[in-house]
Amino acid sequence: MTDEKVIEIIDTSLANEFELDIEMMVPDALLYEDLGLDSLDRVDTVILLEQAFKFKIREEEEIRKIRTLGDIHVFVINKIHNLRETEGDIT
Amino acid sequence: MKRVVVTGMGAISPFGKGVDVLMDSLFANESAVKSVPALAEIGSLRTRVAAIVPGVDPKEIPRKFRRSMSQMSVYATLACQEAVAMSHITEGHCSSGDLGVSIGSTVGSPIATHAFYKDFLSSTTLDNVRATLFFQIMSHSCASNVAHVLGITGRLLAPSSACSTSTQAIGYGYEMIASGKQDIMLCGGSDEFHLLSAATFDIINAASINYNERPHMTPRPFDVHRDGVVMAEGCGILVLESFESAVNRNAPILAEVIGFSTVTDHVSIADPNVDSIEICIRKALLDANISPHEVHYVNAHATGTVLGDIAEAGAITRVFGNNIALSSLKGHLGHTMAASGALETIATIEMMRRSTLIPTRNLDNIDPLCEGPRFLQNFDKAEIEVAIKNNFALGGVNSCVVIRRLKNDR
Repeated sequence: MTDEKVIEIIDTSLANEFELDIEMMVPDALLYEDLGLDSLDRVDTVILLEQAFKFKIREEEEIRKIRTLGDIHVFVINKIHNLRETEGDIT
Repeated sequence: MKRVVVTGMGAISPFGKGVDVLMDSLFANESAVKSVPALAEIGSLRTRVAAIVPGVDPKEIPRKFRRSMSQMSVYATLACQEAVAMSHITEGHCSSGDLGVSIGSTVGSPIATHAFYKDFLSSTTLDNVRATLFFQIMSHSCASNVAHVLGITGRLLAPSSACSTSTQAIGYGYEMIASGKQDIMLCGGSDEFHLLSAATFDIINAASINYNERPHMTPRPFDVHRDGVVMAEGCGILVLESFESAVNRNAPILAEVIGFSTVTDHVSIADPNVDSIEICIRKALLDANISPHEVHYVNAHATGTVLGDIAEAGAITRVFGNNIALSSLKGHLGHTMAASGALETIATIEMMRRSTLIPTRNLDNIDPLCEGPRFLQNFDKAEIEVAIKNNFALGGVNSCVVIRRLKNDR
């Protein structure tokens, strides 16, 4: 999966779940201030990402530092790359 | 004690959205009961009919609020918005601390609970549990959600007594205002349809099962061929307010609440008890400081069960004698459970205002075992000064409110 496809899946999933215009889904968008999300939505965002990308991230410290949509993009892309490397090491 | 009046009403009923839709349908003597084919897929469930709310769009409520709502909270919110608008209540009133909410349901959302267990029992993981699940299944979900949407900062109460829920919600709201603890209360009940609601009555042989092919002919309160409850859903809300507050802000005054009682029947957790019902009605009249002969109309609980209708008719005859006008609206609406007390109180108030009593739908042949009161089988033009609304619940919770056309003599 390309990084562009990852970003598209993230933006579409979040826009659908939280009923946001897709035009609002820009990397600089602050999750709370610009997209109107809150702590409960943050929990559901993790569930959405875990379901979309089939990984477990709930316990990861890095999640707590996420502030913008772009932070999510970077976090997920890195996570996927790391998983690929780990799987590559195993195989 | 302060006088308590009704200054607004809101309804989501099996006929649709709004008090006008409810009343137009009742005055047209329509039935909201329909076949529900999905019930046939449930093993051992015999009833196949229900009265389901049509035409409600949850997306009328912004996602920020809707995410913590199941269907019953959506109904409660929309009904409250109608009631608040009718009563000319502002955001300032809601945030004053003098306005509270008293709205209950039979249980927390059965639909959300079902969805949780369906996933959990197959996956045995909490991975898919959304953050908002609890807020849908908690017992005070409707009251809390309404308070959040409207910005209410006063008292919050969420009675949960099945069929008596909203009569208790009205009664406890009335008492809070009468005692001066709150100026205004949004009172009522809400329930959403789930197969377990229908099954509850079917399991104890109290659901209607013989009219699955003729849904509009059931339930049949007081009729000799009645065969049980038809499950329904919806929400009824009344704005209760101190008379002085209503006058001060020039709110419309639709009726007056002058009495309330609720009693516990310990004899059986399921079977109705004529003695307890009689005591409940007499206590309500005592609370209202009126005699039985001052009551002109009884809006019965009468769900169409064999035992319940006999017990209620017997108690009413004991209290009021043989000339009291009586009807049940379950034949039109089915049993809207936690909403029934409030929806039927709304209809009773409208009957008083329009000087026309609505008959019991499907009452073709009065059961000799119910005989006593003056059963309404046709629309009846009548000036109604005082009416009572009964509700009796599984679990042994009986309740009664007394409503009066507004007078300036108290």
